[in-house]
Amino acid sequence: MEMQKTNTTSVEKFDSSSYMNMELLRFTTAGSVDDGKSTLIGRLLYDSKSIFEDQYENIRATSERRGEATVNLALFTDGLKAEREQGITIDVAYRYFSTPKRKFIIADTPGHIQYTRNMVTGASTANLAIILVDARQGIVEQTKRHSIIASLLGIPHIALCVNKMDLVNYDEAVYNKIVSEYREFATRLKTKDIHFIPISALNGDNVVNRSKNMNWYEGVTLMYLLENIHIASDINHIDLRFPIQFVIRPYSDEFHDYRGYAGRIVSGVIRKGDKVTVLPSGFSSKIKSVELDGKELDEAFAPLSVTIQLEDDIDISRGDMLVREGNVPKQSQDIEAMICWMSDKPLQLNGKYFLKHTTKDVRAIVKEVKYKLDINTLHRITENVSIGMNDVGRITIRTTAPLYFDAYTKNRDTGSFILIDEGTNVTVGACMIID
Amino acid sequence: MSYTLNHLKTLEAESIFILREVAAQFQNPAILFSGGKDSILVTYLAKKAFYPAAIPFPLVHIDTGHNFPETLEYRDSLVQKLNAKLIVGSVQESIDNNRVAEEKGYSASRIRLQTTTLLDTIEKYKFDACIGGARRDEEKARAKERFFSHRDEFGQWDPKNQRPELWNLFNGKMQVGENFRVFPISNWTELDVWQYLAMEGIEMPSLYFSHKRKVFDRDGTLLAESPYIPMKPNEKAEELVVRFRTIGDITSTGATLSTAATLNDIIQEVASSRTTERGGRADDKRGESSMEDRKKEGYF
Repeated sequence: MEMQKTNTTSVEKFDSSSYMNMELLRFTTAGSVDDGKSTLIGRLLYDSKSIFEDQYENIRATSERRGEATVNLALFTDGLKAEREQGITIDVAYRYFSTPKRKFIIADTPGHIQYTRNMVTGASTANLAIILVDARQGIVEQTKRHSIIASLLGIPHIALCVNKMDLVNYDEAVYNKIVSEYREFATRLKTKDIHFIPISALNGDNVVNRSKNMNWYEGVTLMYLLENIHIASDINHIDLRFPIQFVIRPYSDEFHDYRGYAGRIVSGVIRKGDKVTVLPSGFSSKIKSVELDGKELDEAFAPLSVTIQLEDDIDISRGDMLVREGNVPKQSQDIEAMICWMSDKPLQLNGKYFLKHTTKDVRAIVKEVKYKLDINTLHRITENVSIGMNDVGRITIRTTAPLYFDAYTKNRDTGSFILIDEGTNVTVGACMIID
Repeated sequence: MSYTLNHLKTLEAESIFILREVAAQFQNPAILFSGGKDSILVTYLAKKAFYPAAIPFPLVHIDTGHNFPETLEYRDSLVQKLNAKLIVGSVQESIDNNRVAEEKGYSASRIRLQTTTLLDTIEKYKFDACIGGARRDEEKARAKERFFSHRDEFGQWDPKNQRPELWNLFNGKMQVGENFRVFPISNWTELDVWQYLAMEGIEMPSLYFSHKRKVFDRDGTLLAESPYIPMKPNEKAEELVVRFRTIGDITSTGATLSTAATLNDIIQEVASSRTTERGGRADDKRGESSMEDRKKEGYF
């Protein structure tokens, strides 16, 4: 996987105030083994001048030592020793780059079948998924699996990049065929915002710079899409959900009676004077102040971390939630969810697990496994169902105390929870609540 | 009304969330304070997270004894200013107690020895979570680090068997004798850190700003003239205008030629820089996976 070195000798003057308006975009990259994912990431980093000379020198030397004819850019993204030796990516690796418009966090997830759990991990916080298709191969099973996981995890935007266009003579017909095939498949996905881009990561066509080889393509480059796609509406600013994380009691002379509720607004907006309801007690109170570091804010919104004081002295602790009267989440001890299993030991029917949901810890028992999902076809398997490593299924659980939740499709924070093995303390299940 | 946050505010909100999770999930957490900009940032974020209460974690400094005097001055004044608690784990003491043996030769360093002192300090004070200022963009082994990083009873990191970390749910459950390393600023880059420090107007150690210093060149790294670094016969110190991009043990922290005198100068310099900040760190040049090997043993 060699990349042509582009000219990076000119360095623009960095505008020291412009960074105050930069937004943050998180995206995942998924692809099959040889479809050029590492090269694409290398290209994005390289063309945005995020690869440093010593890093480049380091991988150049390593490539040479291993007897490779060219500089292997996959080494940028393969961090662990075992991975470099085996030439595969084992774990999610996080990469960073920025342009004057946005800062980007890439969750680079392995494409191998056995590492679905990593893809789920990377997808859980992403705004956008880049899915790579090899122009010579077209839509393959892994393309579908990655798309289904992106959809299941509620990633709002997909960029389907048809890569290696240079190897099909930049042929429009090849691209169009792949696009129409994917469109047909995508009618079954929950993700509605899908963009298609023909690229060559190796040569840089339509990655950062517009391709001169595909004049028939009238859309934007991948970088333009990443810099400009509208993400502000991905956050729910309607339903106030404020899970209490920690109660701040200074016990000092100056702040003798101070009681601040620390937490992160997972959705909605909160203002001084707002009337709120405390769950589970159901008591009502008014917001006395919204603050951080002693500075009062007129209002605060998701995803800010703040400290809130209430007008009334109510008993509130970690795991409770502040919401608005008339807009409360569902409450129940019986919950239906899609689960992605992440452990070698299969999910136990009637098994007991620790459960983490927002800032609340409870225990849960698995009451029913409704079906297992074939994540290549979306086919539901209902007979002799066993949920093992990397499997996705639908389950019903019962919890020791009620949860306050929304459907995952409405709220990724109040709609998600994890299951933890009570013996090993390892996270074994990622769950998305169904309405 | 448009409810948008810039990237610095988004990162701040995430880091504060992590710090509060540590306070809520662990019995006896501590901040590993090196005196560098990343641990300074973590300390200021912790102050924000719990104000008006004091920071609910002590600052733990693993002291190699080979410090820049400026680092200790800054550390002590910060501790006083924030009314924080300071605990010092001394590598010299580990050497005196024969826990570790001093390396010999020109490139002798106490970096590796720090791991034993750190693990001994964790054991002595029974810390169940140590908060560090490591960032994923610093080094390739760190790119795969979790926010909540589980360590077994030997303090070791098992990179192939990390717990998946999903959404904003952080699993801090463990067996007796195990502990966690927590990295609240995982998602920040060097540039983000400087931009934030400038935005907040946080006072920084003088070593980060351009100054005159006697330095000498060793294998492409500019090291400060110091009683802790024996110079080879062919090495000669000269006074240059330099600053430090990272601050660690004096024997392994390289200076860069720079005239950056303010935070905004530093932002300009970092934004147009062509080498990484760890490029000047002699401890990372000991082999391609030196950081990963040190991390597995229990290094920060």
